[in-house]
Amino acid sequence: MSPIPIRDTLGMLEDNLERRKSVLPVPRRRALGWTKGLDLPRGGERVLYTGQMFQIVPAINAMTDRLAKMEGSWMANYFGLARRLNRWVNLAGVMARGDPQEAREYSGFLRNIVSLLRRSGVEFGYLYEDDLYAGALAHDEGLDDALRAHAEVVFRNLRSHGVKEVITVDPHTTEMLREIYPKVLKGYDLKVRTYLEVLVERRPAPVQQLGTMVTVHDSCIYARREGVIEQPRELLRRGGVEIREVERSGRATQCCGGPIEMLFPERSSELATQRVGQLSQVSKQVVTLCPLCLANLRRVAPEDVKITDVSTYLAKAYCPSSPASPAADVSGAGTRAPADHGTPVEA
Amino acid sequence: MKVDPTLPDRLARTGGFNASACINCGSCTALCPLGMGPFPRQLFRYVLLGAREEVVRHTEEIYSCLLCKMCEDNCPAGVHIAENVRTLRTFLGREELGLATSEV
Ligand code: SF4
Ligand code: SF4
Repeated sequence: MSPIPIRDTLGMLEDNLERRKSVLPVPRRRALGWTKGLDLPRGGERVLYTGQMFQIVPAINAMTDRLAKMEGSWMANYFGLARRLNRWVNLAGVMARGDPQEAREYSGFLRNIVSLLRRSGVEFGYLYEDDLYAGALAHDEGLDDALRAHAEVVFRNLRSHGVKEVITVDPHTTEMLREIYPKVLKGYDLKVRTYLEVLVERRPAPVQQLGTMVTVHDSCIYARREGVIEQPRELLRRGGVEIREVERSGRATQCCGGPIEMLFPERSSELATQRVGQLSQVSKQVVTLCPLCLANLRRVAPEDVKITDVSTYLAKAYCPSSPASPAADVSGAGTRAPADHGTPVEA
Repeated sequence: MKVDPTLPDRLARTGGFNASACINCGSCTALCPLGMGPFPRQLFRYVLLGAREEVVRHTEEIYSCLLCKMCEDNCPAGVHIAENVRTLRTFLGREELGLATSEV
């Protein structure tokens, strides 16, 4: 058996989903802080849906670091107790306080996405506290009862705001809302597209050619389930980014190891190290399309390998930035790149 | 080896489970980045044989799968490998680990 008890860890996630509507509840300030100053209208027929992935990942990072230290140690024995305590105290939340600088950077990715959509003339609202986690981890771990109950809450929320169309920002939420919800919910009829699919259609004009070279790490879900492979490449290329492909790219992409980081952190790191090795042989600048891939690959990447979210490059190429608040800093897109605290781009 | 003859049917009833389509070619095992011996192919054999204890003994492998679908994308028999593994998690969660929203 794994030294991190599967039963108690999953039990904790399940309890959190039921009681706190997220596998890893983050404080409101952290879940919604990224919207500050953006004046996103509340609700509407078309909304941006983050599913809190970019907000939760810095917390998952912190939790994983702690679990990795715990693996094989005496502390792991206390998991059963922790699970019972967690019903009353939000233990996962307490254990998981993420690095604030990292959280700011992840907020910057969301702000970039808002700028890009506005720049492309897309109108949309936001659900604020009703922008709930979509339940991907519960689905993956086979916690079907918890997932169904949670999906009903998410769908009810969306319906109560009159939402008909959803723009997603990450592969996990996209898969849940586009493939899984229609299977588990009756009458589910939302149109779901990723912001990358929306942007490609709108063909925004770049404000500059970045003149740089990268390699792309495809997300398994985007590449093998959701057909999102060409869209980010087309947008990057139009923005003057040359793409050098790693052998395992597109449909043949290799997993970053992220999906098992909770239960098997060491295994997960080995996979990430292998993947970073493949990518960095092709380019020292790596573009990711998923916050979990980003976190997992970065954790093991050497200093000279710069990994960042695709929105960083796209914002720089397509959004005019004011001097005080650059839309993105690609040149410094390092392991802890400066975040975008920018004001919304006037589209 | 104790056999639970109802196992394959019970899993198949969940809808997505189709281990019986597997022709045991070994492509999945060769492609899996986890390199866990005969996983996931052998697991499907155990299920089809109703070898419940063998399935349970492989709990760690079942939860290690990345659901990345590298194998599935190249399976010549159209086996829903990732969904099959996920269904086994649901089975283990309910019947072995006591995980279910109603349970706690
Ligand atoms: S690739 Fe498909 S048919 Fe071949 S062993 Fe694996 S599951 Fe069976
Ligand atoms: S889905 Fe699971 S079994 Fe298939 S290649 Fe990925 S990790 Fe291996």
